[in-house]
Amino acid sequence: MLEVKDLHVHLDTPAGLVKAVDGVSFRLEAGQTIGIVGESGSGKSVLAHSLTKLNPEPPATYPKGEILFEGENILTMDKKRLRSLRGKEIAMIFQDPMSSLNPVFKIGRQLMEAIQTHQKLPKKEARQKAVELLADVGIPDPERRMQNYPHQFSGGMRQRVLIAIALAARPKLLIADEPTTALDVTIQAQIIELLKKIQKKYSTAIIMITHDLGVVANLADRILVMYAGKIVESGSTANIFYDTAMPYTWSLLRSIPRLDAAGSERLLHIEGHPPNLIQPPTGCNFHPRCPFARDACLQIDPPLSECGTDHFAACVLSKQQFDEEKQAVAEQKGVLLS
Amino acid sequence: MLNYTIRRLLSVIPVMLVVSIIVFLLVHLTPGNPAFIILGEDASPEAIAQLEEQLGLNEPLYIQFFDWLKQVITGDLGTSVYSAQPVTELIFANFGPTFSLMVLSLLFILIISIPIAILIVSLRKTILDPLFTNVSLLGVSVPEFWLAILLVLAFGVTFPVFPVAGYMPLADGFGAWLYHLLLPAFVLALVEIGIIARMLRDSMLDSVNQDYTKTARAKGVRERDVLMKHVFANALIPTTTVLGATVAGLLGGTVIIETLFTIPGIGQLLIDSIHRRDYPVIQGVVLFIAAIYVLVNLVVDLLYAFLDPRIRYD
Repeated sequence: MLEVKDLHVHLDTPAGLVKAVDGVSFRLEAGQTIGIVGESGSGKSVLAHSLTKLNPEPPATYPKGEILFEGENILTMDKKRLRSLRGKEIAMIFQDPMSSLNPVFKIGRQLMEAIQTHQKLPKKEARQKAVELLADVGIPDPERRMQNYPHQFSGGMRQRVLIAIALAARPKLLIADEPTTALDVTIQAQIIELLKKIQKKYSTAIIMITHDLGVVANLADRILVMYAGKIVESGSTANIFYDTAMPYTWSLLRSIPRLDAAGSERLLHIEGHPPNLIQPPTGCNFHPRCPFARDACLQIDPPLSECGTDHFAACVLSKQQFDEEKQAVAEQKGVLLS
Repeated sequence: MLNYTIRRLLSVIPVMLVVSIIVFLLVHLTPGNPAFIILGEDASPEAIAQLEEQLGLNEPLYIQFFDWLKQVITGDLGTSVYSAQPVTELIFANFGPTFSLMVLSLLFILIISIPIAILIVSLRKTILDPLFTNVSLLGVSVPEFWLAILLVLAFGVTFPVFPVAGYMPLADGFGAWLYHLLLPAFVLALVEIGIIARMLRDSMLDSVNQDYTKTARAKGVRERDVLMKHVFANALIPTTTVLGATVAGLLGGTVIIETLFTIPGIGQLLIDSIHRRDYPVIQGVVLFIAAIYVLVNLVVDLLYAFLDPRIRYD
């Protein structure tokens, strides 16, 4: 359904050209859920916004690559076609539900706008549909809540409203850009449950952008790990979690607190910061922070290559070498091996 | 809301009290004797002393003040020492032209600055935006009396499209009324158009990349509607504050414009009364202007609650 081919997105900033997305390719089938995981500044949000060309231009430019949605290249669509795609075929929800709704309009109006942009419906029917959507995403007393303003909702409820807005035209693909980051943990779980329910009910494909591996663990079929504008590992969720093939993913997983090993092991601390994307390091982008780094890493920028069934990693080390070395590194750092 | 309105109306009282003290002192400490001006240069000292006594000018200042204040509270602003007409009557007779001028100016401001701001914001990535910033600065910086004279020369003398001066009340026909007011109202509006358009542009640019506009764009809403509905509704909130000050500023501007175009309004009345040292009229007019100022600000605050649902006063 969606195929991204060698996508490059550059941001032209006063400090220099930022290669925010640097040669990303992936496929998404109808009804599938993929998680895109990475630290802040890894380019995952820019990637997500690129899929409907929502990055402000300038500074964003798309010098290379294609985004094919059902065979049509989104990057070369005219404005009109792009508008009819947004919301109708590909919908999006964002990180901060507190600021993503217009504070001066009633949520009923904002919801009906989403419905009426793509469907010529009489007001009464649009209203009825909006009420149904609100009920669908778990807003109690939807009839009355239509009349409320965003500030009269909690963060979790606002995210539900935004999900209702995204679902208004029954999109085939829902892009969720860190939808739970601004919410507290119990609300996060509710929102993820809601997304799962939607996926099941409407078989909507979902792209879930997050910095939190835990969020995608039981939602995504596939996971893409992004680092410094590139995909460094991709594979089925099981592969990523249990058969990690790339030092960055491995380090990320070891930096998550675990209930089953509480107190017995240390959390891995990934030293340093994500690289400056105006002047990225030579060779592999991760080498300055990589516990497995060697001389070759300074020279070679490894491409994403197959390392197992439906499993790709971008590392100088072969899967076998990596498996052999990780025990020593785990012991040295005092972290769990698996 | 009602409670708030009442509270705000009550708070007008101390403000007006302070204003009245300042006005009274200012007028009475200005050199010049009304008795002398009324009777003319040849008047005998006895006649002047007699008139002063009649006008109460020989009493101590604080007694004069309290006498005046007592009258004001009962709604009587006194009588003009020059024309012997009640001050309230004079104000109401002169308010029509001023009010007409202000309303027409405000209309100019709104119908010119709003489209300009929207246009500039929609073309924000082009050369037009920096160009506008500089031109609007020019508009703000130009002294209105100078501009008024230039416009009168251009459209009253060189190309006699508009009358050079004068006023026709609305009762004499809408056309005549509008014809006489267009030029002065435009001059009065011009400075404020720069300010309001600038303010609206800034507030719109502030909200043009807010998250909610991203939500709207992601819905598939066309860019024009994102600007005209989502961005505009939010940008109106800060702009309204400035608009309130603008309306008050117009009242000050009318003093100059009315003099230049000889429009018999409040401003004209004030200037004439100052020349005549007509204390009761000066005091009455300034007090009246202050009251309007306070009322306009109240209306702006109430408008807020209407524009921004997050604001509730009770």
